[in-house]
Amino acid sequence: MKALSEIDTTAKRASRAAGFPWGIAEEIGKNIRLLEMFGLPGIKNLNQYLKIYKNQKFQNISLIAKSNISKIPYCPIIAGVSFLDQVTIMEELDEINFENVSFPILFMPFLSRASEIIGKKILLKIDNKEFLFNFNQSIYSNYSSKEIWEKSNKINIQFLENKNLFNENEWQELYKLSEKIFVEETEELKLKGAGAGTIDND
Amino acid sequence: MEVELRDPKVVMKLSRLGSFHQSKLSFLRSFLKEFKDWKYNRDLFDLDENGYGKAVYSFKKNNRTYSLVCFSNKINDEERSDRVIATKWDAAFVLHDGIPTKKDLERLSYNVPKQEIGRLSYKELTLSRANRSVRIFDHVVESLSNGRQPDKKKISKVGYLYRTTAVYGSGKFGLADRFRIKNREEIYGPFRLEMMLVYLVRQFTFDQVNYIAKHKNPRKAVELDNEICRNLGIGNSTGLGMAPFVINHPTLLNNWILARETALKKIREIKLVKKIDLDLFQNCLNKSLKNVTSWNTESEFQQKKIKKLISDLYQFIDFLEKDFNFKKEYPFNEIYLWCENNLGYECTEYIVSIMMEPYDVIVNPLVNQMSSEEEKHFTIPTNRKISDLRSILEDKYSDIIKIDFSKKENNQNFWFISKNKEEPRIANRYLDNGSDLEQPLAIARDVKKLYDRILNQKNTLTIGNFLIENNDLRHSVRRAFITEKFPYAEIQDNTIGSNLMPIDMLRLKLSFFGAIKFDPRSDKWLRINMFQGAPLPNELKSFNDHWVYNSLN
Repeated sequence: MKALSEIDTTAKRASRAAGFPWGIAEEIGKNIRLLEMFGLPGIKNLNQYLKIYKNQKFQNISLIAKSNISKIPYCPIIAGVSFLDQVTIMEELDEINFENVSFPILFMPFLSRASEIIGKKILLKIDNKEFLFNFNQSIYSNYSSKEIWEKSNKINIQFLENKNLFNENEWQELYKLSEKIFVEETEELKLKGAGAGTIDND
Repeated sequence: MEVELRDPKVVMKLSRLGSFHQSKLSFLRSFLKEFKDWKYNRDLFDLDENGYGKAVYSFKKNNRTYSLVCFSNKINDEERSDRVIATKWDAAFVLHDGIPTKKDLERLSYNVPKQEIGRLSYKELTLSRANRSVRIFDHVVESLSNGRQPDKKKISKVGYLYRTTAVYGSGKFGLADRFRIKNREEIYGPFRLEMMLVYLVRQFTFDQVNYIAKHKNPRKAVELDNEICRNLGIGNSTGLGMAPFVINHPTLLNNWILARETALKKIREIKLVKKIDLDLFQNCLNKSLKNVTSWNTESEFQQKKIKKLISDLYQFIDFLEKDFNFKKEYPFNEIYLWCENNLGYECTEYIVSIMMEPYDVIVNPLVNQMSSEEEKHFTIPTNRKISDLRSILEDKYSDIIKIDFSKKENNQNFWFISKNKEEPRIANRYLDNGSDLEQPLAIARDVKKLYDRILNQKNTLTIGNFLIENNDLRHSVRRAFITEKFPYAEIQDNTIGSNLMPIDMLRLKLSFFGAIKFDPRSDKWLRINMFQGAPLPNELKSFNDHWVYNSLN
């Protein structure tokens, strides 16, 4: 088994060798490490992408808009770097769409890291697959393939507002149950049991 | 009185960093303190009469066990090389997490002697190999087998029976990644498991010579005297492979230097020094002279430094005896300022290290702050502005942005990774091939390039927008924002200039390991000694914490 640090170093060096600048190669190293740690096929997809990177044409997107469409497939790395670098401005857009991003697995770790930067969950829909990025702590998904994913048609990205998954009633019910561990205080205990006085106008 | 931390532009110059010495903060010393109440054991010792075979040593506490697995092999003299390109060694070692099973030992016996071309698993933590010191190994075996102790003078000239030629950790060749073990309290300090490996290897070398001698002459043989053992360490040959580490791990480097600088600052702020602390300082200082006068090297560069160190030390001792009164306020501050004004870096930094000896209360809390969660500082804050970046470069890199890289001598070298052994190397840009595959270690040049590039950019432009057209300098932008938060993260020198001494970078790192007797063999590699004078494993429960100054060699 390869260690994650070996994966990071080799992905970085290979990306530099394929023509990416060092700073971006560093990002790729960290990203592939992240993918492999989360159980997604990072090395497999990067290896295939770098094989064709020099001979095929890919669109480098610099400024990301609400809707991004290109006849030439987008480079997932440059799209990801731009996404990461511009995420604090983009989150105001609520939703972003891409069409024709190649090797979308390689785009994902940028979204995962972006989720941590803005402190919001990010929902990614690629065709009929969904990925929920949880502040770079985990990725929740209905996708389990370990194979190479060369092309995506439609990508939809949503910045999810920080809100709870339960309603107020469910919360109150649970809270009420939790109250059963509290102790009813007598007047004497109120005075003795805590540090400050009952009135502290000094 | 508050003393300022020393300015990074003063401390982080290579000539000063290359004059650092071991101290109480050094990793091998903090390792011994941490593991002093662990149970040491030799679990297996299965060697043949020539000392070839396997052995297992362990440290145990509660439910945790670390086991050193040793494999000793026969090699021919012509196969013995300190170069990283060697493929055979006298012995190979691995530190296993837990107690190795029979199956583990079989797997390790196949892989560990192969080193870089073998594969380890997440159950292994560190890996190393070592060669015998031909100069003294045979002499020691010969002497012991004839019933006498070896010649101390001869031993003193070398200082070890074996020297390691590499110690690997953190995910190399399949070893456990750091994230798997980083929450273990006993290894909060950096390189603690590497130190454990080297320390246990040292014991193996003693056991091995005793065993061979005994088999050579069962009736007459004696065991190596404990005092001689104590004064033997483990040698280490270190080449350029280590140099880029201090560039590639800026937050870690910061935390090491910051710990040292914080200790110095706090010691300088002590108003009145207690007699017991003063006595300890002076005792260590006087005893340490032996360490310096027994420091052998054929390197003219180092010989000059040692000569100056010795004369400076005598000048300092003279100053203390004749002109200094420890009863005055802030005596260590005055001593430090006097050193800066009167002594060279080698001696000043030597005295800074000795100043720490009496002050566990200052040093110990710093030891656990010397690791780093590097990943946390990786992402570039792209919402910041060009004005922020400009301020950082002008403030933190003011000397560097003055360097003229159009001059050949400032741009002479390049760092690359050798295809042979995947190790960092340095070459002349104007004479050698390969500069198109240069590693991103020319920090000064790239920072200067970044500074020039932003000169005409609007102050209000965000870093994110700047990077759209300037991702070729992304690595430098990242470093600049790291250096903003970590003042000692960056070497304040040109790492590709014609006057670069790469061994300064090695020495910086090795001093934090706790190495002594730096012996440069060229400007690109050196030999050192680790654990010379250290207590033996069965003495760990109570040992003199200042052992490093008690060495007889």
